[in-house]
Amino acid sequence: MIVIRNARILGGEPRDILIANGLISEIGAGLGGDTVIEADGLIALPGLVDLHTHLREPGREDAETVETGTRAAAMGGFTAVHAMANTSPVADTAGVVEQVWRRGQEAGHCDVHPVGAVTSGLEGKHLAELGAMADSQARVRVFSDDGKCVSDAVLMRRALEYVKAFDGVVAQHAQEPRLTEGAQLNEGEVSGRLGLTGWPAVAEEAIIARDCLLAAHVGSRLHVCHVSTAGSVEIIRWAKSKGWNVTAEVTPHHLLLTDSCAEASPVGPYNPIYKVNPPLRTQEDVTALREALADGTIDCVATDHAPHPVEDKETEWAAAAMGMIGLETALSVVQEAMVETGLLDWAGVADRMSVRPARIGRLAGQGLPLEPGSPANITLYDPAVRTPVDPTAMVSRSRNTPYEGLTLPGRVVATLLRGRPTVLDGKLV
Amino acid sequence: MKHLISAGDLSRDEALLILDTAEELARVSERSIKKLPTLRGRTVVNLFFEDSTRTRISFEAAAKRLSADVINFSAKGSSVSKGESLKDTALTLEAMGADAVVIRHGASGAPHRLANWVRGSVLNAGDGTHEHPTQALLDAFSMRQRLGRLDGLKVAIVGDILHSRVARSNVLLLSTLGAEVTLVAPPTLLPVSVERWPCQVSYDLDAVLPKADVVMMLRVQLERMNAAYFPSAREYSRRYGLDRDRFAKLHDDAIVMHPGPMNRGMEISAEVADSPRSTIVEQVGNGVTVRMAALYLLIGGENQ
Repeated sequence: MIVIRNARILGGEPRDILIANGLISEIGAGLGGDTVIEADGLIALPGLVDLHTHLREPGREDAETVETGTRAAAMGGFTAVHAMANTSPVADTAGVVEQVWRRGQEAGHCDVHPVGAVTSGLEGKHLAELGAMADSQARVRVFSDDGKCVSDAVLMRRALEYVKAFDGVVAQHAQEPRLTEGAQLNEGEVSGRLGLTGWPAVAEEAIIARDCLLAAHVGSRLHVCHVSTAGSVEIIRWAKSKGWNVTAEVTPHHLLLTDSCAEASPVGPYNPIYKVNPPLRTQEDVTALREALADGTIDCVATDHAPHPVEDKETEWAAAAMGMIGLETALSVVQEAMVETGLLDWAGVADRMSVRPARIGRLAGQGLPLEPGSPANITLYDPAVRTPVDPTAMVSRSRNTPYEGLTLPGRVVATLLRGRPTVLDGKLV
Repeated sequence: MKHLISAGDLSRDEALLILDTAEELARVSERSIKKLPTLRGRTVVNLFFEDSTRTRISFEAAAKRLSADVINFSAKGSSVSKGESLKDTALTLEAMGADAVVIRHGASGAPHRLANWVRGSVLNAGDGTHEHPTQALLDAFSMRQRLGRLDGLKVAIVGDILHSRVARSNVLLLSTLGAEVTLVAPPTLLPVSVERWPCQVSYDLDAVLPKADVVMMLRVQLERMNAAYFPSAREYSRRYGLDRDRFAKLHDDAIVMHPGPMNRGMEISAEVADSPRSTIVEQVGNGVTVRMAALYLLIGGENQ
């Protein structure tokens, strides 16, 4: 029996949490147990759930593996991650998703829920065997061609319809391909000055609008990955106002950084550490995204943790890989962008980073309230410290964090997965 | 000045210093012996990832006239074509002790990245669709030489602004130097936020020409047509080409410029290009002197 002493559940008054057999057995004062975790001043949140993680295995084990990526997840306070399908081979069959799922089980740092590809080989031509992946041991419920857009309207319609049979959801990477050929950076003032091919907001917004209409037409469930523009927020708000079954996520980096980072930053202009898909947008977009996350238009934060080896970022901008790591800094960035600004309280953070993503992914044992009977998936977080971001201190196999040079608040002190500590005293167990 | 990467980095005083220095150096070019010992013992590397014989030989001539050792490194047939990264190329040059690296690269921002990896000065000889600062300097030099001033000069830059590094550098430099720039292009060939640039914008060449002191025509690449930036070469030429009729609308002292290479018959007609009011040939000569001035000011100091 483990007892967590004086934890502030969702930022409330200090309470003790008693854990037995992987479940929360009691919450109260002066509780005793065999093992004591002192949590004075720490906030207790339900274990975080990421809907959007690139673990890179199989295929790019030089960038990340299930083992290293889930370590990073645990260090960031996550107890479950969804592993994106754009691996090599692509996670488009029951065999591959089961392999990833099994590797997650073996690693044991957090639950790994593979995302299945919507189309075979992410090629946007034929539906992958979605049902086989749903029925596999991995029990896939989220399907995405992330990295690529399911741009064919008929294929998208069929995918949305088909996954209804097993309560699945299609998570769309909204990027109209023709409008973004060779695109490098948000199309606007900065891209114009830097001479980098523009990535227009409309390329995202047009697909989101279409997909909302398709989802409504076939009565299915749509999830929009990494929403990045104020216009996308407006469309999703409108779709929700119609009662349509549309959910959306925003990444930590789109809540904090703008395209101006490409021009002026602590690491110099044109540093591809800021190159990401979708691109960093403007301050107006950041403001709209924060407000949308606060009012629930955007349901959740998802990291889009995208590890890349050094050589894929130490290049000229156009040659660099797109993506940034984010598991280990997600909660700190959300504190900085949402809590310090008064937009969300800790209950709101728990809702957007655990409860809602678990619900969207249909994860039964995650994102549950911290109360007796719930699985003891718990993140203990110290919001009072501020530390400079140190890429070399991260446990991800890759170092491509965009926050180097920034000082961010907060630190994950402990993570418990069904009562078993995966992180204690800020270190992996 | 450590590097010359963006025309926007130059203050008015720095830009004028380069132009004034170039003017002094121009006198050397008129001598029978054109060489100065100024950069003796210094090494200048021409690192060209794109084919550009004109710009490369201009930098080469500039460095040689100042007695620098010149190493030409072109990407074709070198380790770069075997997949060597820009960083590794930079470290190789660094190990050879380059005092200045002149870089031409197809990727915008490549000179900024290079500057992280070499100790020497970096001169941007054109990066992607970003900038080409020595072209802007030689253009400003040519304007001042012909018209005697830059302050208040009305300059029309016509053509594919969206993809033009020459246009970007010229807008930045000329606005620093007090000239009034108007960009003229079909809307498809202008960046979306061009209204925030320090210049005017027009879609109508005929309306702009009568007021212009300088008309700078940019090369328009035919592959833009295939990407639907304009319907056909003929239509482009009719609406935005500088032909004899349009040329007649210019006032008597106005000059015509082109950074080259030209598409005669597309953005500029042959008779305009060859007219006495065209500066196209002297731009080439001025390129050498302006680049001499830039090299001299960047690596000619005692502490190098």
